[in-house]
Parts: sequence; C-alpha cells; structure tokens
Amino acid sequence: MTMKGPERPLFDVEEMEVSFGPQHPATHGVLRVQMKLDGERIVEAKPIIGYLHRGTEKLFETMTFPACIPHTDRLDYVNAAHNNQGFCVTMEKLLGISIPPRAAYLRMILAELQRLASHLVWFATHAVDIGAITPFFYTFRERDDILDLFEEYCGARLTLNCMKIGGLPFELPEGWLDRCAEFVDAFPSHIDEYETLLTTNRIWKKRTIGVGVISPEDAIDMGLTGPPLRGSGIEWDIRKVFPYDRYDEVEFDVPTGTNCDTYDRYLVRVEEMRQSTRILRQCLEKLPEGPIMAKAPKVLRSPEGMVYGSVESPKGELGYFIVATENGTEPYRCRVRPPSFVNLQSLPKMVEGSLVADLMAVIGTLDIVLGEIDR
Amino acid sequence: MSDDKPTPNIDDLVIDVEAEKAAKIAAAKAAAAKKAAEEASPKDPWEEKPVPPVHSDAADDDDVTALNGALEGSVVGADHFAGAVTVTVRAEKILDVCRFLKEERDYDFLVDQTAVDWPEREEGRFDLIYWLHRYSDSKRLRLRAIVGEDQTLESVAPVWGAANWMEREVYDLFGVVFENHPGLERILTWEGFNGHPLRKDFPVEGIDTGAAIYPDVYPSGGGPIQPDEGEGA
Repeated sequence: MTMKGPERPLFDVEEMEVSFGPQHPATHGVLRVQMKLDGERIVEAKPIIGYLHRGTEKLFETMTFPACIPHTDRLDYVNAAHNNQGFCVTMEKLLGISIPPRAAYLRMILAELQRLASHLVWFATHAVDIGAITPFFYTFRERDDILDLFEEYCGARLTLNCMKIGGLPFELPEGWLDRCAEFVDAFPSHIDEYETLLTTNRIWKKRTIGVGVISPEDAIDMGLTGPPLRGSGIEWDIRKVFPYDRYDEVEFDVPTGTNCDTYDRYLVRVEEMRQSTRILRQCLEKLPEGPIMAKAPKVLRSPEGMVYGSVESPKGELGYFIVATENGTEPYRCRVRPPSFVNLQSLPKMVEGSLVADLMAVIGTLDIVLGEIDR
Repeated sequence: MSDDKPTPNIDDLVIDVEAEKAAKIAAAKAAAAKKAAEEASPKDPWEEKPVPPVHSDAADDDDVTALNGALEGSVVGADHFAGAVTVTVRAEKILDVCRFLKEERDYDFLVDQTAVDWPEREEGRFDLIYWLHRYSDSKRLRLRAIVGEDQTLESVAPVWGAANWMEREVYDLFGVVFENHPGLERILTWEGFNGHPLRKDFPVEGIDTGAAIYPDVYPSGGGPIQPDEGEGA
C-alpha cells in the first residue's frame, strides 16, 4: 500500500533484523540474540550461544575424578562453590561415601555464602541493565566481604576449588567463624537497604511488572528451574525435594511468586537472600566438631554405572550426570546439566511481542552465566 | 637371726603366682572385651570404608510394569543403581514411550537429555539418556535408548519444550540426528564445523577447523602449534 502526502508514515512498516550482542555488556557475557523487529517490538528472537565453548565435558573425560573439581569452578564463574558441591555430591553418591557432619555443615555455609554473592551480582547487573546504577555500589560492597571470607578460607576469591570428594580440603582459619557470624548478623539490614532502592521504586516497577511473563505450565514444559520457576508460583527447591549434605536439618522457606513476571522473580530472589542468612545462622549455631574428611581411599576407583546428582545453585538445578566404568579413575562421560542453558531456552517465549528494552530486563531476570551455558 | 626371717610360705607363693596369672587373664579378657565392644559398637559411617552402590533388577518398578502393559515390547531391560531406575527402551518406540510417560504417568518435566558414546559396542554406538521428573511424588526415571551410528531417532521436542535445545546439543556434539525436530542446528559449535566433539574418536586437542590462516603454524587435523616450522613462512 502506498500513501501520499502527510498520511504516509515516516518509516515503511517492515521487519528489520537486528543482532544484539555478542559484544554487549547487557548480555552478561557473549550471548547473541538475533531479533526481527517491527519498530520497537520484537517479532522473533533467537538466542545464539557457543561463543565461550571450551569443551569442559570433553576435558573431564581425560582427567581423574579429583582433578575435575577445579574445572567445575569455571562453569558458572560467579558461583564456584555450588559447582564444586554438585560434583562432589554426585561422586560421593557413586562411590558410596558419606561425609562427616562438620564437613557437611561447612559446605552448607560456603554454599549459602556463595548464593548470597551470586544473588548480589545478579541484583547489581539486573539493576544496571534496566538503568539503576546505584545498587551496584551497595551490593558489591557486601559481595567483597563474602569474597574476603572465601579468600581467607581457601586463598581464592572466585575460582574457589573449596571442596573435595569426601569432605573439605582445609579446616577453618582461626576466628573465621566469628567474622562470618558478624557478616551474617549485619546482612539482613543490608538487604533492607537494597530494597529501599528498588522494591517500591516507581521506575523499577514500571520496567519489571508484567515483563517477561511465563505461565507455570510453560515454565514446567520448558524445564525452568530455580528462581524463574519459583517466580511462576511453583514451590520447588532441590534442597527440599532431594536434600543433600545436611539441608534436611535446617529450617527455611521456599519463596514463590504469583504474577510470573520479572518483578516477582526479583522479590523471590531477594527473599532467597533472607532465607540464606537464616540457613547460615542455623549452620553457625549447629556446626559440630569432628573430622572434615571421610575415610576415602587415596585413589578413587569407581564402580560401573550411571549416576546423577544435583544441587540447588542460585540459577536453578545444577546437575552432574556421570557414567563410570568398572575400576575407572576418570569419568567415562560427565555431563553437566546447566540451569542457565535450560532457562535461557525460554527467552524467546518471554520476549516475543514485547519491546526491545524489555529484552534486557528478561536477560537480567533469567540470571544467566555464559560460562555455564557454553561449557 | 636366721630364725627371725619369716620362712616363705609355700602356699602364699602358689597363691601369688596364681593370682598373677588370674590378673593377667582378667586383663587380657578385659582388653578383648573392650576390643569386641569397639568392634560391635557402630562406627560412624564416614569412618568406614565406603561401600559403592550395586546394581539390582528393577523389572517390578511401577513405571516399568505400566510401560510393559501399555506398550508391549518397548522395554528391553530395567536396572536399579545408586537410587535411580534406568529403563532401556527400544529406540524406535522412544516417542510413544515418552508420550505415554508424560500423559499417563505425569512425568511432565524433562530434567536432562544427553548421550554417551560407546564406539566399540555391538548393539549400537550411542546411549541416548532421558532424565524425567514427576512433581507429584518427586520420582525420577531415566530412559536409555540405544542407537547405531547411522540410525536416526524421533525427536521428543513435541512432548517437552525443553528437549529442543538439548537435542540440538546432542546433535551438535554427538552427531545423532533427530527426526521431526523443529530446527535441528548446531548450538555450541558453529554451522560448518566439521566433526562432533564429544565422540570418543574426536581428538581432545581439537582439529583444524579451517579457521587457521597460517597453515605452516597450525598443522592440519589439529594438534599443538609448531612455531619452529612456521618461522620461515
């Protein structure tokens, strides 16, 4: 249809192809989204991944079981403790090792601190993507305290390598528990502080309420796990469903959302931080004395079979599927079930029909880490 | 003076020796009892030598009997190991089996899908693994389908949306082709990449992907860089 004169629109109405990323700070790494746009509206979005593929699963096949653990650090690099924990839990299932209670509690302390650190990174980057720069300075202040605790414990801040098959590599340094308790006591007030910045912020609400909606049925069909699933109102947490370490001995709630949108997922994650501090406090109180390593052989030899173990990482269900051969010292196949990979798959469903600016909000709310997606 | 010395009583001597003997026996007995008690009292499980899980037959599992009843001949075998049931099903029936498990047995969540390469095996080269979850009672079930190198497999993406990318990944890394998949493209490597990295015969060092612009430095077929040979170029 051709129009003449003032009735003619300024631009022809036609679809335009735009490539978003892979070098774009709001993609949290190297994610490329190929979009078909109708003006500002997304008609079609196709995530393209693989720019960070390092063949970690292939590498696992060439190294002994304990040697795999440092490589798991590099999967989800803001969340190393859960990666270690997932691998160790799965290996202990395969070898029949039960770990001492002190080791289990220390693992839970490390994991929950890591969950706080990971959620703080999410909080900061999600807010920056949408345009609120201030939260970044608040959350990274506390994140640094957590990383200091990690550094004191194992010497590393990000790639922790802080767990062993059968327990933990190190006993706590002197005074560490006091410093950890000090941090845990102060943290809830910091969460309140973050919330004053965003929770009732009108701009934040306008940008997140009703954005990236996914129904509970779709969420299950697409295999969502973690906060995106809980944001859609399904109360499901690996720590409750298949408790590992000693999660069955601590009390905590699983927060859920009702509106299935970005704002609800934001509230779920903020509440998760509060629950994490609750778990941390109980762990610090209950922490028993005793050994930190189970009596495991020096050279680990596996029975023949397949085993799957999973942990609740801040992103969702992080699973390890290990195929072992009789008397093997290395995995025949080790598959990582990355929560971000599966969660990212529903990106097109969540953004199609909405504005380009909402894409940033949805990428932020899925809380993806490309190191884990591409492996 | 010698009279003052008390003459040792022979009976006392005998008693002494016997008492000593008795004491020794008692001590030995006590030690043995203590050792026995230590052995009898249960040690903490983390102080024991770990006992790996064992395989057992799982033909009487609910889902296996249900599958056998509804789709005769679909199940090849069932195995229980480390707290999970693995059901081996015929590859050509995989779509029917998955539909049945989702619609009749409520397995509405596909947790994971992957493959394992066994290049030497006679029955078929690849194990396709499906890991299902049921929300109502949190039960998990593993399906295994064996496919040969030239065989294709029906896609389960119409059953669970989550299978879309997982099948693309299996296609990319193992080269297993899924029929009726909504868009079977490579996902972690790029379109035009030659080879399937997670196959056992793919070298860990990588291959020459055609991206090498200095053929003197990068030998064809992959391998470590050879700077000496490249200097002349």
